[in-house]
Amino acid sequence: MNAVLLEARAIAKHFGGVKALTDVSLTIRQGEIYGLIGPNGAGKTTFFNVLTGLYHPDGGDLLFAGEKLEASAPHKVAKRGIARTFQNIRLFGNMTAMENVMVGRHARTHAGVLGAVMHDRRTTAEEAAIRRRAEELLHYVNIADRADDLARHLSYGDQRRLEIARALATDPKLLALDEPAAGMNGTETAGLRELIEGIRRDGITVLLIEHDVKLVMGLCDRVAVLDYGQKICEDVPAVVQKDPKVIEAYLGGSVA
Amino acid sequence: MIGAMVALTVIKLLAASGLPVFVIILVALAAAAAVCMAVGYTIERIAYRPLRRAPKLAPLITAIGVSIILQNLAMLIWGRNYHAFPPILPTSQHEIFGATITSLQVAIVLIAALMMTGLIILIHRTRLGRAMRATSENPPIAQLMGVNINQIISFTFIIGSALAAVAGLMVSANYSIAHYYMGFMLGLKAFTAAVLGGIGNIAGAVLGGILLGLIESLGAGYIGDLTGGFLGSHYQDIFAFFVLICVLIFRPSGLVGEKVSERA
Repeated sequence: MNAVLLEARAIAKHFGGVKALTDVSLTIRQGEIYGLIGPNGAGKTTFFNVLTGLYHPDGGDLLFAGEKLEASAPHKVAKRGIARTFQNIRLFGNMTAMENVMVGRHARTHAGVLGAVMHDRRTTAEEAAIRRRAEELLHYVNIADRADDLARHLSYGDQRRLEIARALATDPKLLALDEPAAGMNGTETAGLRELIEGIRRDGITVLLIEHDVKLVMGLCDRVAVLDYGQKICEDVPAVVQKDPKVIEAYLGGSVA
Repeated sequence: MIGAMVALTVIKLLAASGLPVFVIILVALAAAAAVCMAVGYTIERIAYRPLRRAPKLAPLITAIGVSIILQNLAMLIWGRNYHAFPPILPTSQHEIFGATITSLQVAIVLIAALMMTGLIILIHRTRLGRAMRATSENPPIAQLMGVNINQIISFTFIIGSALAAVAGLMVSANYSIAHYYMGFMLGLKAFTAAVLGGIGNIAGAVLGGILLGLIESLGAGYIGDLTGGFLGSHYQDIFAFFVLICVLIFRPSGLVGEKVSERA
């Protein structure tokens, strides 16, 4: 069994009186594709926001690669090796596809003001490396031909792919995808599935929020189910599918 | 204004030292830029950073407040009088197509063009510039890419202040005068030029600035004829703000600024 990459211990998050997450603990192992599912409003995206430092948790700890994750410093989280995409795509719309990916390289590069002003050899070399890597990633997600188009001019499916490329540009150990298949047609979803499997083959652990149950069950090694901010189940897909609590959460309580 | 005042003070101090003129100018420029960068950084820290999550109107009000404070501080330090800019620069006049232009003005245009080019390269071709644009478009997402947005915003203020210092020195050199209140109208006009060109677009701002300058100069020259002698050339500011109003009504995104129209 692989080493633990991410361990969430009793994560809690409230918004006023609403308990968005209560006592959520889960363990993601190196190299697996881990699914996080649950009905709407179950707290999946809140968990992502806590994980990436956008929200400050009200309780609990996150351990990433054996070390505690400092809450509420998103740029540090990126440097530690966690990248994510969004349910509602959030690209830099007024920058080109290429530039979006290049921004993603920020966490792994160093050129500062001095470099920008002096344009010394190291800076130019780094800039060239950033561009090369961005080109590779655009190829990787199959949108290299749209490199110089503004991100907001890309088609919906391409924007999703671009968001993944941008996240990959940060060299993540853990890639968190928030409903990547939302709004995609069958062909696009199949392409996405191939892409995610490829990412895993490259050694990146994937955390996946998804409503497309077929995709989740076919793709994930293990799945956790959230309902009303609590984890009600965590296991391999075959077991999760038969769990009565999960069926109840999705189909409503039994008539009794 | 602060840039001009600091530069002026340095020039006056060094004028008698016998140093070559260009050394004096360079030292003055460096001092002005350094002071403005420090001031810009401090302003961002104490006046803007606490308002990062505030409604958009709040930083605008703060900006007005800060400008009043700066003007009054400058008045306390340098007094209420107009300071004449020492005529240390060698200057000669040239005629081009019937218009008179001084060598100083040529130098100003060249320096401005150089700074604009530098700024465009910085913003579009460097890692720092990309981080700036990403931060301006969506701060939380920029952070997720590993961008330390506080640092980037500080840099932006520092760079802007340095450019303002150079601009202030050039303005006071051109008009041979510096005053604690000189920045007020310049700021409004610069804003007008930026709106005319399209906010967020450097090339547009340059175009807006040139157009605005031409409109204003020609307008001031002909306003007497236009109004049958009713208004004199001291009413030249009418044109700038007439342009501003027209742009805001008819083309709020500016001449070349379709990019941010949804944000206006």
